[in-house]
Amino acid sequence: MAQTTRREFMLGEGSGTGGGPQNLHVGVGPAHPAMHGIIRIVTELDGETLVKADVEIGYLHRAFEKDCEQGGWNNAIPFTDRLNYVSPLINNFGYASAVEKLLDIDVTERCKYIRVIMSEISRICDHLTCVGASAMELGAFTVFLYMIKAREFLWELVEDVTGARLTISYGRVGGVKADLPEGFADKTLHAFKQTREVLDEVHRLLTGNRIFMDRMVGVGALSREETVGYAITGPLLRAVGVPYDVRRAQPYYVYDRLEFEIPTQKDGDNYSRYLVRMAEMEQSMRIAEQALAAIPSGPINVDFEGRPIDPAAYVDRGKQGKTEGLLLIPITLSPNLQGQQRAAYGRVNVEDKRVVLPPKETAYGSIEGLMNHFMLIMEGYGIRPPAGEAYFPVEGANGELGFYVVSDGSDRPYRVRCRPPCLPPLAALHRMIVGEMVADMIPTFGSVNMIGGELDR
Amino acid sequence: MAILDELRRRFGDAIVETDEHRGDLTAVVARDALLAVLAHCRHEAALAFDVLMDLTAVDYQKFPGREDGPRFEVVYHLYSIARNHRLRLKVRVDEDDAHVPTAMTLWPIANWLEREVWDMFGVRFDGHPDLRRLLLYEEFVGHPLRKDYPINRRQPLIGPAS
Repeated sequence: MAQTTRREFMLGEGSGTGGGPQNLHVGVGPAHPAMHGIIRIVTELDGETLVKADVEIGYLHRAFEKDCEQGGWNNAIPFTDRLNYVSPLINNFGYASAVEKLLDIDVTERCKYIRVIMSEISRICDHLTCVGASAMELGAFTVFLYMIKAREFLWELVEDVTGARLTISYGRVGGVKADLPEGFADKTLHAFKQTREVLDEVHRLLTGNRIFMDRMVGVGALSREETVGYAITGPLLRAVGVPYDVRRAQPYYVYDRLEFEIPTQKDGDNYSRYLVRMAEMEQSMRIAEQALAAIPSGPINVDFEGRPIDPAAYVDRGKQGKTEGLLLIPITLSPNLQGQQRAAYGRVNVEDKRVVLPPKETAYGSIEGLMNHFMLIMEGYGIRPPAGEAYFPVEGANGELGFYVVSDGSDRPYRVRCRPPCLPPLAALHRMIVGEMVADMIPTFGSVNMIGGELDR
Repeated sequence: MAILDELRRRFGDAIVETDEHRGDLTAVVARDALLAVLAHCRHEAALAFDVLMDLTAVDYQKFPGREDGPRFEVVYHLYSIARNHRLRLKVRVDEDDAHVPTAMTLWPIANWLEREVWDMFGVRFDGHPDLRRLLLYEEFVGHPLRKDYPINRRQPLIGPAS
């Protein structure tokens, strides 16, 4: 077997022996700058035309699904970060939602809005990276720098909320790690304003650009039938005119309450994909803005007339003995991580002691909290969904991201399967590039937005 | 549910089991009837499952209460764009008889997904023209998502023959 692999790198068999015109075999990647590091395309060229291509993947395989079976249900969250590392928040939430479906619990309203906002911010980051990188591969380095600049504005928001830029591990089964920080809405709106300026600039640089259009229009096209047959979803499917979007078709969280459009194009070529992605970024910002305006503050301390009451004032009144009619609210200890104070934590996590870790104040401040903490952390304990299985799809940046989880009733997942949105377009990549020029392979491969972490798992 | 009723009515005993759990429709199909059921789901206008969203397998060797049953379940997740509904089809196979017919004629994506199942579980797909490993390399020994494959097993080193 190893023998054939090496021979593919050699020039066409029998070349130079006078056997007439022969096709040239070229191995592209895995260490090729435009292969984004980790896939290999074994091509057969007739002059400059691709006559055959075999796509080899798996160079970034790191046993995601096997690893998930080794620890508790929440232990898989950091692994999901590394699936689509450009928009890790969506993976977090997708996995957490699949386990929540298995547990049959419903997260709090505020948490749903937070998940929507963070998912949309991630989606913009992903599209920015994809469009920027493919423009760079066509020589438009300026666009790449502009796009990465815009992504930086958004990643700063992500950093504010999660404490990390890439490996965010923000989702939790039953909620999220912490509430949004103070002033988040204003920062987001400001970042969106800057992002819109960048997108506007990019539109002017690329959308009607002669060089860009020559390389993108009509290149890498895939018919509607093939796109559907290859189970391609997301921007590539919408670029052939099928308005399928999980957010609209089977709304989850609060997407059914928010207004947005599903941009589509007809031609299914690289240029259509570019236009779809550019339009989707605007829609994502629209969704996030609506969600920010509508986000409820969630269950908080209220007095007996239903008015919100500040914890400090609550304590003062207690000291004066004016406790009649008031709920017993423990005092808030010193903040640990911002957004993880007990009050904030309760807003974004379900009240289910079998699933959600207690806030640190409770874990350190009361024996019940400590026991609750250990019951979820100790070996052999933890979240125990009932035996069964569930599939939960969310709209990832590249299409339908589904998690299929199987539980045997124990504290560890019996099986976690990730349906990677990147795999179907890669399975169909040879259909997009065969018959075209070898140089067109690069923009087509860029428009697919291959993310190795999710493709190879 | 209407879809499951319709499948039961049409295929009778070939539908071994049906189940609706948390809103997911599931039907367990006998292997002999698998291709017929898949083709029916794909082509019947009322079902119109034009997308094979996912194809994977589960190894039930260490699942409490199912240790003695058929070892593998190959799981098909179908989706219909026109009808906007989903269906999960499962087929059970034994370890020493681990093969199912390929679905490549119905959905081209089955090509890679079946290669991945072969790679990870060692379930063969009859009629698949190119059943190579997808994510791992040819020299890899074993099928790592099987429950009896320990996570820390080392593989023999490979490299260019000297």
